[in-house]
Amino acid sequence: MLRRVLYIDLGKNESFVEERHDLFEEWLGGTGVATQLLLEECPKGADPLSPEAPIIFSIGPLNALFPAMTKTVATFKSPLNDELGESYAGGRLAMAMRFAGHESIVIRGAAESPCYISIRNDDVKIKDATSIWGIPATVVGYILRDVETGVGRRSIIRIGPAGERRVKYAGVVADTYRHFGRLGLGAAFGSKNLKAIVISGTEDVELPDPKRYRKIYNKLYRTVVQTDAMEKYHDIGTPININVLNQLKGLPTRNFQESSFEDAEKISGEVLADNYLFRRVSCAHCPIGCIHIGMLKTSFSRQHEFEIRKISYDFELIYALGSNLGVSSPEGMLELIEACERQGLDAISTGVVLAWATEALDRGLINLEDTSGIPLQWNDVDGYLKAIDNIVKMPNEFYSALAEGVEQASEKYGGQEFAMALGKNEVPGYHTGPASIVGLTVGVRHSHLDNAGYSIDQKAAKKNLSPEEMVDAIIKEDDSRGVYNSLVGCLFARGVYSTENIIEALGSVGIEKTEEELEILGRKIFDEKYRFKRREGFDLEKSRIPHRFYETVSTMGMVDPETIETMMEIYRKRRGW
Amino acid sequence: MESSANPDELETVIGPMNMVKGEVEGESKKDKPEEAKRKRRRLKVAHPERCIGCLSCMFACSRINTGRASLDRSAIKVKTQGGLEGDFAVVVCHACKDPPCVAACPTGALEQKEEGRVVFHRDLCKGCGACADACLIRAITLDAEGKAVKCKHCGACVAFCPHGVLELEEVEN
Repeated sequence: MLRRVLYIDLGKNESFVEERHDLFEEWLGGTGVATQLLLEECPKGADPLSPEAPIIFSIGPLNALFPAMTKTVATFKSPLNDELGESYAGGRLAMAMRFAGHESIVIRGAAESPCYISIRNDDVKIKDATSIWGIPATVVGYILRDVETGVGRRSIIRIGPAGERRVKYAGVVADTYRHFGRLGLGAAFGSKNLKAIVISGTEDVELPDPKRYRKIYNKLYRTVVQTDAMEKYHDIGTPININVLNQLKGLPTRNFQESSFEDAEKISGEVLADNYLFRRVSCAHCPIGCIHIGMLKTSFSRQHEFEIRKISYDFELIYALGSNLGVSSPEGMLELIEACERQGLDAISTGVVLAWATEALDRGLINLEDTSGIPLQWNDVDGYLKAIDNIVKMPNEFYSALAEGVEQASEKYGGQEFAMALGKNEVPGYHTGPASIVGLTVGVRHSHLDNAGYSIDQKAAKKNLSPEEMVDAIIKEDDSRGVYNSLVGCLFARGVYSTENIIEALGSVGIEKTEEELEILGRKIFDEKYRFKRREGFDLEKSRIPHRFYETVSTMGMVDPETIETMMEIYRKRRGW
Repeated sequence: MESSANPDELETVIGPMNMVKGEVEGESKKDKPEEAKRKRRRLKVAHPERCIGCLSCMFACSRINTGRASLDRSAIKVKTQGGLEGDFAVVVCHACKDPPCVAACPTGALEQKEEGRVVFHRDLCKGCGACADACLIRAITLDAEGKAVKCKHCGACVAFCPHGVLELEEVEN
C-alpha cells in the first residue's frame, strides 16, 4: 500500500511527495490522518481564508478496494465556524487518488491568479484557470474533461462562483453530482484562487493475500447487494425519509416553525421517483447506485421546445430547499437545487439562510430595501432563485451578511432565536428531539449529522431511552465513526461494515488490528479533533441553541431546555471533561 | 495470470438484482471436449442502458484474474461519455470468429483454439500493441507492464454486476 502524501504549494508553484508511514500506521487514514495533517499544517489562529490555512484531502486503506468504500475526507479551517472544517464527498475522487498513488493531498499557500491543479500520478501541474473563473461549477466539468486526460478513471472537483466570491458556505462539486458541501471548503478554494483539481492515475494495488481479500470482498459485496442493509438507498433513496419524518413530526418546515409539512407528499421521494427520476448512478466501486437524478423538463416556447436539466436530489436538499422554505412543487424545489449546483453553494446552508431571511422579513427585522425588493415568502420559488444569485453577487450589505451564514446574519439583524445553526453551522433536516440537538452541538464531524442523533431520537421514541442512554449512544457513534471515516467508507454502508468485517477487510490488505485497538483509535481521533477545535477557540460551554427548537413539537414531543442541559452535563461527565 | 475464475466463488456472489443465474464457466474444465468444440461462451453486454457506472465489473475482473485492484488490468471497460452526466459505454471483447487481434499478434501470444476461443500467453507477449490497434472496439488494452489485457469470457464481471447489464451467452462455432 502506498502511504504517500502529496504536498502542493500554490504560492511557490511547487509540489513534492513524502512517504508518511508513521502517520498512516498510527492514524489509519482518512479523517485520522487528515486531522493530524491539519494540526501540523494549520497555524493556530490562522484566518481560514488566508494562504497559511491549508486544505487537506485524505483517503483510507480500504478505498477503491471494497464496495461502498467511496469517500474522501477534506479537512480545513472552516470560514463558517472558524474552527474544524470537515467535509466528505463521494464520486470518483477516492478511486482517482488511490490510483494516482496519493493517500493524502495537502494544499498550501495561494496562487496569485486563478489556477487549477492537474495531477496524473506523480506529474503535478498548476495551470492557468483565468478563462474559467466565474464559470458555473457544472460547466467547468465539461471544459476540463476536454482538455485533461484520464477519461473514465479521473475525478474533477471544482467550485462555482460562490466559492470564488468566498461565500462562507460555498461547497466543492465532485464529479458533477457529489459534493464537499458543508462548512465552506469552496470558499477556501476561492481564497487560494483554486478553481479545480483534476486527478487520475495508473497505479494499481497488489494485495498481500488475494485469496483472503476475495473471501471478505465476496462477503461484503453480498451483504451490500443481497440483504436489506442498504435497500433504502437503492430504491427511493434518502428522500424516502421525507414522508417518514413528516409522519413522525420530525421534518423541519418553514424554518422549523412546524415539524410536518402539509405538502410533504408532493415533494416526497416516492413522487420524485415515480415522476422525475430517470437515472441512477454510482460512486466508483459501489454497487448501490444511490445517486438519484431527476429530470426537470421546462417548456420555453409554444412549439414544444424544452429545456432539460438533470438534477441530483437527496433528502437534505428536499428539506432545505423544499419543506423548510414551504416549497410545495417538485419543479420549484428542483430548480432551487439546480441554482445551488450552478453557483456551487451548500444546499443545506442556503436553505436555512433563506428560511431565516424569510421569517426576518415577515417579522420586520429587515425590509424590502435590504432584500433588493425581493418579497421573500414561503413557497415563492422565483424570489428564492433571485435571492440565491444575490447571496453570491452580494449587491448590498444584507446579502453580504447572508453570505456569512445564518449565525453572523442574525447577529447583525437579530432573530437569533430562529437562526437555525448549531456550532455556527446551518442544521440538517431533522427535528427529531434532544439527541439530534445535543448530537449536532457536541459532535466533531460538524459537517453533517455527526453522530446520527436523529436516529437515536427515533429509537428513543420507540423504546423510551433515558438521557444517559441517549448520550452514551451519541458518544459510541461519534467514536466509532472516527474509525469508519478513517477508512473512508460511505456512511450509508456503515451497517455492512461491522467491526468484525472491518477487522477482516483491513487484515486482507495487510493491516492487523484488534477490536480494542480500533476502539481506542476512534476515541483518540475524536480527542484530536477536539484538540484542534479548542485550539481555535471552540468552547462547548458557550454553544448557542436556537430557542426555536423548544417551540416546535418534535418526534419526541416538545423538547425542553432542561433536558438538553441535563444531557450536556451527562455528556461532559462521560467524556471526563 | 492464466488462472481462470473459480466458479464456486462466483456462484456465491450472484445477487438478487443480478439477472444472471446459473453457473459461470468460461474456460472451465467441466466443458466436455466434444461439446466445447461446438459451443463456446461469450460475454455479452445485454443491457448497456442499465449500467450505473459503479465499475464493480472492472474491479471483479482484475481482482479475480490478477489478484489486484486495478482498472488497467481489467479486460472489461466501462467508459464515461461526457462525465457522469452522459451515458456509460461498456466495452467488452466481441469474441470474433476470425479475430483480428490474433492475426495481428506477431509473437503467437494470442492463439485461437480449435473451438474458437482465444487464449493469451502472457510470457510470449512483447507489448507491441498490434492487437490493441487491430481491435476496432478497443476491447484490448495494455497494462502497466505493457502486456495485453484480453478478456477470456470467464464471467467474473457478470457475477459482480448489480444491475444485470452483462450476460454470458453460448455461441455456436
